[in-house]
Amino acid sequence: MTARKKTMIEITDKPIDVQKIIKTASTQAAGGINVFIGTVRNATKNKNVQRLEYESYESMAIMEIRKIVDEALKRWKLLGHAISHRVGTLKPGEIAVVVAVSTPHRKESFEACQFIIDELKAKVPIWKKEVFEDGEQWVSAHP
Amino acid sequence: MKYKVKAFGIARDILGAKEVNLEIDGNQVADLRKHLSSQYPALNDLNSLLVAVNLSYAEDDLLLQESDEIVLIPPVSGG
Repeated sequence: MTARKKTMIEITDKPIDVQKIIKTASTQAAGGINVFIGTVRNATKNKNVQRLEYESYESMAIMEIRKIVDEALKRWKLLGHAISHRVGTLKPGEIAVVVAVSTPHRKESFEACQFIIDELKAKVPIWKKEVFEDGEQWVSAHP
Repeated sequence: MKYKVKAFGIARDILGAKEVNLEIDGNQVADLRKHLSSQYPALNDLNSLLVAVNLSYAEDDLLLQESDEIVLIPPVSGG
């Protein structure tokens, strides 16, 4: 019955072990664990995506995710959290990101999990390039 | 002043290197931006371009030191 917060933030070039992330975020004081799993979609605007190439500015990415978590901790009673983002080359269907949070009650677990993934996508220095059969593009780079 | 500037994603493609050495007039982030936008006009076409200094997003009036870690942050697209 420890009150110690469970926490993990990582950027990894290895496949993400979802069970490990969930376990890391779990605590016995929690009434729910909410998990978001982001996967690679196989098409963008009707063009087949062959692969995505992810890269990060890792030292800053970790710091920015920590800031997001700190903000989430002010808003909700997070008992545990674990966030893992993959970099490197990913194929459609592969897992790119996992966010897991545990809270006493379910409502705040949904809210906190959504807040963290939304903020991550908007602020954290990670980039992906979509590679098609006939070309490639950095996602969101141009209007 | 001389600065080492790193870049990721499409900003790296536009600079043509992971890191470039720039000699610019002035010592503020705004001066760096002015230099970049004239030397690398393709940067002006991006949705946004932020400058990170020593691991934090920097305002235009921040004073740069030659020892700073300066990194160009094009539109992020994680997740």
